[in-house]
Amino acid sequence: MKQSFLFAALLSALTIISSCKPEDHDALTGKGPVTIDLENRAGSAPFAFGTNYVTAGGDTVNFSTFKYYVSNFVLVKDDGSEYVVPQAGTYHLVDAAVSGSNSITLADIPAGKYTGIKYIIGVDSLRSTTDVSQRTGDLDPAGVGADMYWSWNSGYIFYKIEGTSPQSTEVGNVFMYHIGGYGGYSSPMTNNIRNVSITSAEAMEVGEGHSPEAHIYADVLQAFTSPMNYSIASGAVIHMPAMGAMIADNYADMFTLDHVHNEH
Amino acid sequence: MKKRWQFILALMVLVAGCNKENTKEDVSFYQPSNFPAPKYNFNNNPVTTAGFELGRKLFYDPILSRDNSTSCGSCHISFSSFTHHGHAVSHGIDNLLGKRNSPPVMNVAWSDEFMWDGGINQLDLLPIAPIENPVEMDLEFAQAVQKVKTSSAYPKLFKAAFGTEDITSARMLQAMSQFMNCLVSANSRYDKWKRNEGGSLSADELEGYNLFQAKCSSCHSTDLFTDYKFHNNGIKDNFSIDSGRAHISQQAADVGKFKTPSLRNLEKTKPYMHDGSFQTLEQVLEHYNSGVKVSATLDTLLNKNGVVGIPLSANEQQKIILFLKTLTDDTFITDRRFAEQ
Repeated sequence: MKQSFLFAALLSALTIISSCKPEDHDALTGKGPVTIDLENRAGSAPFAFGTNYVTAGGDTVNFSTFKYYVSNFVLVKDDGSEYVVPQAGTYHLVDAAVSGSNSITLADIPAGKYTGIKYIIGVDSLRSTTDVSQRTGDLDPAGVGADMYWSWNSGYIFYKIEGTSPQSTEVGNVFMYHIGGYGGYSSPMTNNIRNVSITSAEAMEVGEGHSPEAHIYADVLQAFTSPMNYSIASGAVIHMPAMGAMIADNYADMFTLDHVHNEH
Repeated sequence: MKKRWQFILALMVLVAGCNKENTKEDVSFYQPSNFPAPKYNFNNNPVTTAGFELGRKLFYDPILSRDNSTSCGSCHISFSSFTHHGHAVSHGIDNLLGKRNSPPVMNVAWSDEFMWDGGINQLDLLPIAPIENPVEMDLEFAQAVQKVKTSSAYPKLFKAAFGTEDITSARMLQAMSQFMNCLVSANSRYDKWKRNEGGSLSADELEGYNLFQAKCSSCHSTDLFTDYKFHNNGIKDNFSIDSGRAHISQQAADVGKFKTPSLRNLEKTKPYMHDGSFQTLEQVLEHYNSGVKVSATLDTLLNKNGVVGIPLSANEQQKIILFLKTLTDDTFITDRRFAEQ
């Protein structure tokens, strides 16, 4: 009784103090959305299907498929504190063939100035093994992600590129890189989940009436370079996790921030 | 008035319960007292009679194959304990052959890794694999869901099972799990002996049981008769055709390892081994006695102190086989509720 009285008194004192603060027209209050626009690119050029590009290793590549999962978004404030976006809504399949799939809106982000974005390329191990009723939206194995699921080795394909290259020794000069592997269910296996961390010098200002956008480049050619140049002649088809690790290491740095855009 | 209705209803239930041919009987998952705890999470997907019936309909529906020819039940036939009786390897769409022996669908609630290589880590996800496999049912799962959505038979069954007519991939898979989870086989003569329910084993069978405990039960453990682990039991010494567990783990140490199968209803599930290479139980026992092939990943239990295999006299082999035949569960195999309606 006594304690709750004290608490109420403290609370009203705090309220008085906070309302005595000088008026700040730019104060970020409440919650607001953050939009992440992933612009698919091939090196310094915009990405397009049916166009020849040259990898860092000198291979010519022409894409027919380019899709990948991103999930588990975390926003980092300018004071270093982190806001973990509720996981359920963060699973996005970006498909270069589907317009709009590259734009991700994270709703109800607490007000603040954010200078960092973290996420993963892929689907975390918990969600990769979750109950089937949780596999909705982009994770429905009969939905938009139907061809991003391995039925014989339960798990999602995190990243898929297909196309042709004169350097491929396969029939029709095709290449297919299907990269997945969340680390194994009952015993440790290849984990091809890769972390992305992007920082921005200009803060994204989030709050009621504020809806910033982060414009991020996603470079398909990174799959073939840094840390290791990947030569298509060395293997034009990968559809199992262990072989895919090298390509996952490469595409881990496929994302770079172009700019942030604050709306006032 | 109300009382009389209740009485009539009770009478109807009694009559239904007595009628063995009645396929509308209530079904449920049950836990045999001699089994460990199940691994399936029933909280997420409890079994209901309507869910079971929907799952059964899907299990036996050939529209889940590309050309409407092949159902799950085509290679998992109830009277052979849900295996493809007599087929060394599964025989799917367009008469195509797979590379592995069709495993029995029984006691699935106690497993959380499916297929000979354990590639599937959840019962609910299992049906997607044979539906999509090009030599089994060869239909993209998304198309399978679409075909169910456009079939007039299903909306009312989904409504009965899940409350609305919405047909989703999750509901489809959950209903199939409800059906498969009810396929509990635990009423063999062995079980009735083990649980003191009036079953008995002969002196020879009992001797076989004791031999089995001493020589086979490290892998065929518990009353499920499997440790659900992966072993190379020396069927081959070259696994280039099928590397087994290594196909999933991509680790050299797993080459040639396959999941220990349960031995329940063994008499009904021939041929044996992952590739169906043995036609008889006599061949299986003789394999362990004299046929085990040595390779880098051969299970250490089959190569102890310089002795390859499990030495078993002809007499011991016969007694073990006599015991294994007490694991046949006729009530399970002949249960009309589990068969195609």
